[in-house]
Amino acid sequence: MGDDSAAEDEPDADAETDGGVRAYTVRLELVDEPGELLRALRPIADSGANLLSIHHERGNITPRGHIPVEVDMECPPDRFDGVVDALRDAGVNVIQAGAERYGEEISVVLVGRLVENDLSETLSRIEAEASAVVLDLSLAAPEGTDGVASARVRLAIDSGETTAALGAIRSIGSQKDLTVVEPLLGGDA
Amino acid sequence: MRLAILGAGDVGRSVADLAGEYGHEVVALADSGSAAIDENGIDVEDALDRKFADGAVGTTDPDSVAETDYDVLVEATPTTLGDAEPGFTHAKRALEADRHVVLANKGPIAERYEELRELEAESAGSIRFEATVGGAIPVLSTIEDSTPEAVTAVRGVLNGTANFILTRMAAEGLDYEHVLAEAQDLGVAEADPTFDVDGTDAALKFVILANVLADGGFSLDDADVRGIRDIPGSALDLAAEDGRTIRLIGEATREGVRVGPRLVPENGALAVTGTRNIVQIETKHAGSLHNSGRGAGGPETATAVLSDVGRLPPL
Repeated sequence: MGDDSAAEDEPDADAETDGGVRAYTVRLELVDEPGELLRALRPIADSGANLLSIHHERGNITPRGHIPVEVDMECPPDRFDGVVDALRDAGVNVIQAGAERYGEEISVVLVGRLVENDLSETLSRIEAEASAVVLDLSLAAPEGTDGVASARVRLAIDSGETTAALGAIRSIGSQKDLTVVEPLLGGDA
Repeated sequence: MRLAILGAGDVGRSVADLAGEYGHEVVALADSGSAAIDENGIDVEDALDRKFADGAVGTTDPDSVAETDYDVLVEATPTTLGDAEPGFTHAKRALEADRHVVLANKGPIAERYEELRELEAESAGSIRFEATVGGAIPVLSTIEDSTPEAVTAVRGVLNGTANFILTRMAAEGLDYEHVLAEAQDLGVAEADPTFDVDGTDAALKFVILANVLADGGFSLDDADVRGIRDIPGSALDLAAEDGRTIRLIGEATREGVRVGPRLVPENGALAVTGTRNIVQIETKHAGSLHNSGRGAGGPETATAVLSDVGRLPPL
């Protein structure tokens, strides 16, 4: 992962684009008007951050009568301040910024006859053998349930355990004849 | 420097063509069946015209290149695996004759690194091989300048064909077979794309990098290599949902070599598009350096050969 001290010393949003990224969560509150969500997300994307997920709590209202929205994103550490500034410049109310939710969060993509090979058993084994929590799962099976399918699995892993967890997932993959597309770790990637 | 060029493919021909511009003289140019040799400098244009017209660069036996008075042997014959012949013997013969060797051929450096270094130690000549990794991109000279001991890892995309295919699959939502056919039509992929899409070509380059970092110890057999054939379009779609994409990424450290499809941030430096290549050189004292550019092509690769020639000491 990137160098945090550099991030604090150099808040220049354009300082680095070398692929070193971390996950961040920001909590926003939005006025309940059409187009507000898009308006709030645009500064994030424009600042070069990747949106991971958006939790839009439409049923909830903040004490000020606004709608709370939680956005997970990732970006190089020294861009994050720039993202928050861009949100505030756009008039978006940022309630909370920067608290990382998990020790480490990674995604892997599994490819193969996932359904035929018992996807839920695969996921249980990943949770057990890789000491991970499956946060979400997205499945694409364009050939139907008995063909080759892909699944993206987002996992929460204890800090420092990522390499071991990926090793375990790799071994489950080879036992179940699945291709495991791992994230690139190490360095700034 | 007086160059003897073995191999008259895209790279060998481009080296011959550009040598004059870099202040060097070509005294021999050979393909597998013939050679043009003149110790006062061959007429490069003439030899290349003949190559296009008759398929032969000259009328001399290619073996007589060894007896020619040259300073640098440019080894640009096709990469072969296993014993890396005839490239290895070409390099050996030149070093034993106390000449310099510049390789564009990956085989000898990836498969028989220690033997070459032993021959070099006994020779007045040196070996250089910038062109074997990343074409025009100065990867090895960057490592050399940082000193290999200060480099902890090299990662990146060093196969344009695989990268082109993955980029098109992600952008157009197409499957592997479809994009491969398109790449073949465009001339980006070979009729037999195995070497590229199974990761072998990238692996050879990362084996070379690991050999440079660890001063030997690696061959292709030591690399953990996976290709991109099994990656369906749907996997790229799912990766994109998370702001990521899939690239064929190689990693070389002193501990090993690994090549395979990996998830990288869509906005990250390693997510180069099309046939572009990139390497990330992770250093102990200077953070990460990134070099990106054209990793293949005749003139591009020839510039790496000629940079090597420029770095050689006089004999």
